[in-house]
Amino acid sequence: MSTANPAPAKLRVATVSLAGCFGCHMSFLDIDERLFELIEHIQFDRSPLTDIKTVGLCDIGLIEGGLCNAENVEVLRAFRANCRVLVAVGACAITGGLPALRNHLDVGDMLQAVYGTVPDDPELPLPLNKVHPIHEVVRIDHSLPGCPPSADAFWHLLQDLIAGREPAHGLIRYD
Amino acid sequence: MLSRWGHDPHALVQVLRETQALTHWLPRALLTHIAQALNLPLAQVEGVATFYRFFHTRPVGRLRVLFSDNITDRLLGSEALLSRLCERLGVAPGQPDVQGRFSVDRCSCTGLCDQGPALLINHHQVITRLDTARVDALAALMLSEVPADQWPADWFHVDNKVLRADVLLSGLSADAPTLPEVLAREPQALIDELARAGLRGRGGAGFPTARKWQACRDADTSTSGPLRCVVCNADEGEPGTFKDRALLSEHADAVFDGMTIAARAIGAQQGWLYLRGEYRYLLPQLQAVLERRRASGLLGANAAGLAGFDFDIRIHLGAGAYVCGEESALIESLEGRRGTPRIRPPFPVERGYLGRPTVVNNVETFCAVAHIARRGGAWWAGIGTASSTGTKIHSVSGDCERPGLYEYPLGTPIAQILADCGAMDAQAVQVGGPSGACVPVSGFHRRIAFDDVPSAGAFMVFNPSRDLFEVARHFARFFAHESCGLCTPCRVGTELVVRRLDKLALVRGAGRGSAFDLQRLHELDALLHSGTHCGLGSSACNPLRDTLAHFGEVYASRTATPQFEPEFDLDAELSAARRVTGRTDAGAHLHTEHKP
Amino acid sequence: MSSFSFDGQPVPLQPGDTILQAAQRAGHEVPHLCWHPEVSASASCRVCTVRVDGRPAAACTTAAAAGQRVECHTADLRAQRLHLLQMLFVEGNHFCPGCEKSGHCLLQHQAERAGMTDLHYETLNPERPVDASHPDVLFEPNRCILCQLCVRASDELDGKQVFAIGGHGIATHLLINSASGRLGDSALAVTDRAAHICPVGALLPKRVGFAVPIGQRTFDDAETRG
Repeated sequence: MSTANPAPAKLRVATVSLAGCFGCHMSFLDIDERLFELIEHIQFDRSPLTDIKTVGLCDIGLIEGGLCNAENVEVLRAFRANCRVLVAVGACAITGGLPALRNHLDVGDMLQAVYGTVPDDPELPLPLNKVHPIHEVVRIDHSLPGCPPSADAFWHLLQDLIAGREPAHGLIRYD
Repeated sequence: MLSRWGHDPHALVQVLRETQALTHWLPRALLTHIAQALNLPLAQVEGVATFYRFFHTRPVGRLRVLFSDNITDRLLGSEALLSRLCERLGVAPGQPDVQGRFSVDRCSCTGLCDQGPALLINHHQVITRLDTARVDALAALMLSEVPADQWPADWFHVDNKVLRADVLLSGLSADAPTLPEVLAREPQALIDELARAGLRGRGGAGFPTARKWQACRDADTSTSGPLRCVVCNADEGEPGTFKDRALLSEHADAVFDGMTIAARAIGAQQGWLYLRGEYRYLLPQLQAVLERRRASGLLGANAAGLAGFDFDIRIHLGAGAYVCGEESALIESLEGRRGTPRIRPPFPVERGYLGRPTVVNNVETFCAVAHIARRGGAWWAGIGTASSTGTKIHSVSGDCERPGLYEYPLGTPIAQILADCGAMDAQAVQVGGPSGACVPVSGFHRRIAFDDVPSAGAFMVFNPSRDLFEVARHFARFFAHESCGLCTPCRVGTELVVRRLDKLALVRGAGRGSAFDLQRLHELDALLHSGTHCGLGSSACNPLRDTLAHFGEVYASRTATPQFEPEFDLDAELSAARRVTGRTDAGAHLHTEHKP
Repeated sequence: MSSFSFDGQPVPLQPGDTILQAAQRAGHEVPHLCWHPEVSASASCRVCTVRVDGRPAAACTTAAAAGQRVECHTADLRAQRLHLLQMLFVEGNHFCPGCEKSGHCLLQHQAERAGMTDLHYETLNPERPVDASHPDVLFEPNRCILCQLCVRASDELDGKQVFAIGGHGIATHLLINSASGRLGDSALAVTDRAAHICPVGALLPKRVGFAVPIGQRTFDDAETRG
């Protein structure tokens, strides 16, 4: 991490759930009263917690979920372009996870089986042929495994990043 | 056929090969029948049938064409010729035509690099010196279903282009001592003579031959029984190598002499020539030589007139598996199994074929033995250098005026070979094949010797018009294709290397390479060099490593993108959804970014 | 008694010991996947790779010898081990949250111990259909790491040869010995050793999944439970 400029008073943090279940976000909120301590050091940018719709320049981006459609890819790229440190959070972001179980089926056949006439509204993002973990599309700086990662795991990761340390990864579990 | 092989489960590879020669491919019902007849589990038979590249468990054409796919064939235009043939025949590579008449595919190097591009017909015959006229004529014959034995005989001609002969390629002199005279010596004296000669194995590893033989002679046979075995490794699979082909065609007696001397020295009763499947066309003449030697008493009971010396040689045909050049994998294959290298120790000299102490040596090594046993170790030691004695045959191919076979004393500089073969503008030479070394101009003063640039016999020349990245990518594909699949780093790592290089070559329509990909390649190289099960894995990244070191610019130009980009084509990832929605709007596309 | 050095610690050795056996007996952890004390070694996973007097070797098959200097938990070997584990994860489809073996899985355990937080490589998405034909045992080939323990257990312990290895290179796969190639038609019984030796969730006895509560599973411990 660059040390050329003094760190801002508060780090800007953006979070998003791509092809995920928001379980990682729920687990993040499980840090409970430590949120008060955390908010001394960070402020949220785009996140389900703020309702900000587009990501601005941030210090940290937390990505939950893998890539299952075109919109996921665009959002992920916007996060990569705007976040100094990008963290893959949870099994789906890291491995594709549960949504990737569809990877052996043809997504076109699936859509037809489900919809009959498949909706073609340009507003709808098209699904990808396969669900991909996010490290296959952009560079990822850190990963926090777990389904979901525990509140403590989130806490320690953010503590390390706030302090400018390399995250220590003391608590690794995949389920 | 099953009874001819005595219903011996160890003959499985031979049974499958001969069966397929009649049935073109091996349907599951046939594998079931063979499994029952040999009293083997079906899964084991299926495991063997799916291991060797020349066995087909899916339908193929009644006539099967396999284009030799060494880099030297490609330099000579093999890919365009393959496309042309497929176009003429109306088939895609790997797919038989609807009537099941023929199929066209690729195979690893056929050892005809000095007269390529080459192809195999039914794993049984070779066609050399392909060009568009020959391919067009071939297509016409195939379409009219003219049997291969009625094709122009000239197509099948294999020329052993000996352009510089020293000891081995000159052959035994007419007044040389006969084999019985040689074998009249004490067995230990035969080994001692090799020790004096300083002979080291010609297959690549360079292990001292006398030590190998001594270990086999001294091996404890209390558990394995008294039998011992001699195996000649004629699985000349290293791409770019074709010296053994010439030795087997022109000096088979010397090779069999060497094997018989080994048998006498170590006390073996059985000999095997493991002939690579690609050299199937040599089988009749080799069998004729063996038959003649039996008739003249050089093989069989009391061989060479020595009471109690019972020794004979059989030929085992491989079925397309490079890894079987590794001696313990070769023995697994001889025993009718998948050619997976064994855990060592025990080494073959302790427990080899059927658990018997076994010596495995290369064709060229046995040929050298035949000479050394007659002219003495001191004579051989006087050729070459102190630590690399004798001569070495080089299979020269690629960008040179006179490809063919060149035999030199060890210690000969690369530059001299280049000058002799007419390659004055070479930018690199792949010495010893893909598992050897890619030597740049700055290394042309170096010498072919065990302690400088060792070589198993390949010498592929690349002129400045050749892209050495593509050469390395070709070899990476070769190793991934030939990995036996046993150990994690080789099985998965070789595939990951191919994918990374394909990305850099933009063949997947994917994003461009960046420093991240380069870093990954360095990592994979280090991983494969430190802890695979056998030499195939540990040398699989040699071409990558050498070209990264000496020709870094061919990678730098392909890894200049500043940010990481995906390996796959993002826009293609929307193809199924576009198909079912019929959408063509801007949102229906997603491009891999190419920002400056 | 003669001994060798394991990461600087003296380890006594007995005749016939491999490095792995001797080190484990002395209480050292040697990470491994394809090795099991009841069957012969296959040396396939290479996770137990150590350096013996500087040279890489598989601890499961390398004979221990007096005076050897064995390195196991160095930074280089840890990094190498981590990459091997990541290769196994991308080669198959190892989705821990949806696997009954979670908490009992040696691959998961070794990866957690190795500090694996990401896959590092691209997922290869192999096409491996699940075989649920056997009444008592599930075969999920997407989780198979080709360790060959079932092959060896069926051959050496059960005397049945239910499994074999097919293909080559990245297409290497587990074969079932039956007319249909499916597990339900094979001679495998749920009481066979081969039905239980799988270190991952590729071969699982049916109807016993998730029976052990989280916190009491084989590899649950204070560290991984938090």
